[in-house]
Amino acid sequence: MEFRPILNALLRNKTGLLLIALQVAITLAIVCNSVFIILQRIEKVNRPSGMDEQSLFTITSLGFAPDFDLRGSLRQDLEALRSIPGVVDATTINSVPLSNGGWSEGLETQPDSVPQEQRKNTPTALYIVDEHGVNTLGAHLVAGRDFTADDVSYRSRDDKGTPNSVIVTQALADQLYPDGNALGRPIYSGLGGKGSSTTIVGILERLQAPWVGWDKVEHAMLVPQYQDGEFDSSARYLIRTEPGRRDEVMKQAERKLGEVNTGRIVRGLRSIEEVRGESYRQDRAMTIVLTTVIFSLLAVTGLGIVGMVSFWVTRRVKQIGTRRALGARRFDIRRYFMVENVIVVGIGIALGLLMTYGFNLWLMKHYELPRLAWYYAPLGALTVLLLGQLAVFGPATRASRVSPAVATRTV
Amino acid sequence: MFTYYLRLAMISLKRNRILTALMVTAIALGIGMSMTSMTVLHMMASNPMSYKDEQVRRVQLDNWDVNEPWDEDNPTEPPDLMTYQDANNLVQAHKAEHEAAFFPNVLPLEPDKREIKPYMVEALFTTSGFFPIFEPPFRYGTGWTPAEDRNAARVAVIDSETNDKIFGGENSVGRKLRLGGEDFTVVGVLEKWRPTPRVYHVANGAFNDPQSVFVPFAFGIEKQLNSNSNNSCYKDSGPGYQGLLTSDCIWIDMWVQVKDEADAQRYLSFLNDYVGEQKKAGRFPRPVNNRVYTVSQFLEAQRVVGRDVRTQVWLAFAFFAVCLINTVGLLLAKFMGKAPEIGLRRAVGASKPAVFAQYLTESGLVGVAGGLLGLVLTGLGLLALRKLYAGTSIEKLAELDWTMVGLSLLIALVASLIAGLYPTWRACQVQPATQLKTQ
Repeated sequence: MEFRPILNALLRNKTGLLLIALQVAITLAIVCNSVFIILQRIEKVNRPSGMDEQSLFTITSLGFAPDFDLRGSLRQDLEALRSIPGVVDATTINSVPLSNGGWSEGLETQPDSVPQEQRKNTPTALYIVDEHGVNTLGAHLVAGRDFTADDVSYRSRDDKGTPNSVIVTQALADQLYPDGNALGRPIYSGLGGKGSSTTIVGILERLQAPWVGWDKVEHAMLVPQYQDGEFDSSARYLIRTEPGRRDEVMKQAERKLGEVNTGRIVRGLRSIEEVRGESYRQDRAMTIVLTTVIFSLLAVTGLGIVGMVSFWVTRRVKQIGTRRALGARRFDIRRYFMVENVIVVGIGIALGLLMTYGFNLWLMKHYELPRLAWYYAPLGALTVLLLGQLAVFGPATRASRVSPAVATRTV
Repeated sequence: MFTYYLRLAMISLKRNRILTALMVTAIALGIGMSMTSMTVLHMMASNPMSYKDEQVRRVQLDNWDVNEPWDEDNPTEPPDLMTYQDANNLVQAHKAEHEAAFFPNVLPLEPDKREIKPYMVEALFTTSGFFPIFEPPFRYGTGWTPAEDRNAARVAVIDSETNDKIFGGENSVGRKLRLGGEDFTVVGVLEKWRPTPRVYHVANGAFNDPQSVFVPFAFGIEKQLNSNSNNSCYKDSGPGYQGLLTSDCIWIDMWVQVKDEADAQRYLSFLNDYVGEQKKAGRFPRPVNNRVYTVSQFLEAQRVVGRDVRTQVWLAFAFFAVCLINTVGLLLAKFMGKAPEIGLRRAVGASKPAVFAQYLTESGLVGVAGGLLGLVLTGLGLLALRKLYAGTSIEKLAELDWTMVGLSLLIALVASLIAGLYPTWRACQVQPATQLKTQ
């Protein structure tokens, strides 16, 4: 192999070498880190929420008539909703999972009598539902029992009710009671007024909090209550339909609620699919933007190499012709340029690896991104190496077609 | 002379179309990518109150839990919102030029006209100081007075859209409007007003539109409303609405207007004294940690500029760098390929500066072409971003403004001239003699 002569020739054109190497380096750094960010986002967007998203939708009723009877309206609405053909179940709910708006509460496992410094406060998302909550969500109960009608109390502005039982997610249970025996144990919170405790009666396999960007997104708790004018005279309903019948039921639900009571405004009709799409739109958009950047970058770098090598070939036509006249095969000429490219891109890769890890460190510091897995850099390096070979193939082939006769001509 | 160089440059660029196309495309892609992300950042990072940044101050008091700071990632940061009792006390004390305490919620609006169905409007329940502090432009009328704050007068300021819808766009000052089951008198109608970001209330969406209706804070309290945006408690509140009002739950935005930095410091020491007093009453368990942030400090502390957007800008500029390096390489290749021509021109008397000027003209021409094409790409990029981010705050920010158009062209030109400098300099180094020898 003519390794040394190639290197010598290259070193005589340091600028061109440096320009391509620099491009390759930056490309490598950006591609590795972008792919890393993309895969992380995809993982986030695809994680399960713990509910039957395809068949769920939500709708809100807001009473404005001065004599609006919220308690009666809740009963009426739920009955009306559950009687629509195609509806599996319906519940009231204070906020919708994945909707980015909700209620968080701090939970403690020790009573107020223990000094505050010794108590640990675990935050969780709170869903206030009735005894149809678990079934409507389509959540999977892995231990304990579901709520019964007896569990459900009213929660009004003046009376927070007495929630004696709650259902928590497995992740929250493990956080509260790391020994693994959360079932039947108490939790202390401000839910039922000062110093009240409530018992964990059931554990869900999974249910996500409303805030998709929250680091404790797997912390959720179901509380069996009806909100009776605690903040205003509104009620939000969550409805599960039979598979494939959601859209048809949504239209009917809106119409029916409108007919049941005219002293209110019915609004906020949205499928959970829609809610999910909106909450993850930023992440989805970011993956598309980054993918665009990656491909444009590879294209620009590739075309740059094509341009530079074409020029080098043109400049060396005479030299190539001479070599051909001296017995070099076409294959040798092509190999010359391809080996040359490996060297140039290799220098770029060496520089690029430094940049890749530097960029990753910067992202870790400012964006709380984890460390790049070890295989990204070698895979990225292989990619740009292949890109370089692909780019050089055309001009190198053209070089190999230079006729030996050129050597005998003056330009 | 310049037109002559321009003509030569055109001829030269036309001669090697593929190389020219490559260079122009590279610059255009770089410009398109970086300008697209810059536009979004530019809109996000803007401060619509910058003209009175020193006067408008966000008041933050640290009334949080003694063990758990408000923000675990940033434990020195006090809570961003305020309790009712503190907001009320600070407004009553009136130690600043103006005070604005407010919270958003919705109110049913029942129009007189039967053909318009009752609907919900986003309302801001605010003290009268809101209007002099944030200076929304009025089409008709004005805000209300502190006296009207005190007796929870049924007065409202409405935005132009609501005015168009309910009053057909007429001067509706003095007319009645039915809100939340009561009759309000319209005292002011705003012009179109869309501060970006919506500095006064950045919780739940810094890039959302302002509320449509503004009514007195005291009315909201009378109606026993709380914020439909953010409510946070670190400990249990007492029963009922009274329990909420006397609790340490935070849900109110609080701003004041001061004269200058010195006045702000005076206000801060007033706040510290106030918290000292409250400590005696058993509140404020944490060390004294109050803020009178300027608008820009507040936007910074609230991280209004999204991380994704910042990352995109960095990536875009790295991309731009690659495109420029690419262009340098291609220009270099091109100019060196012209060595015989340059040699000939130098031999027949062209000076170095003349050669320099000509090749720089050629680089500049590439830059202008790249910039123009880049502008088209920026437009397409923003269009794509609007589609991608439809329904989120970024959608509204992806709009081209003329500063950015000018900036892109300038950057393209300057960048291509810089890119052209080294190749041009190399071109000038061509020795007339060496090139002529082989002819």
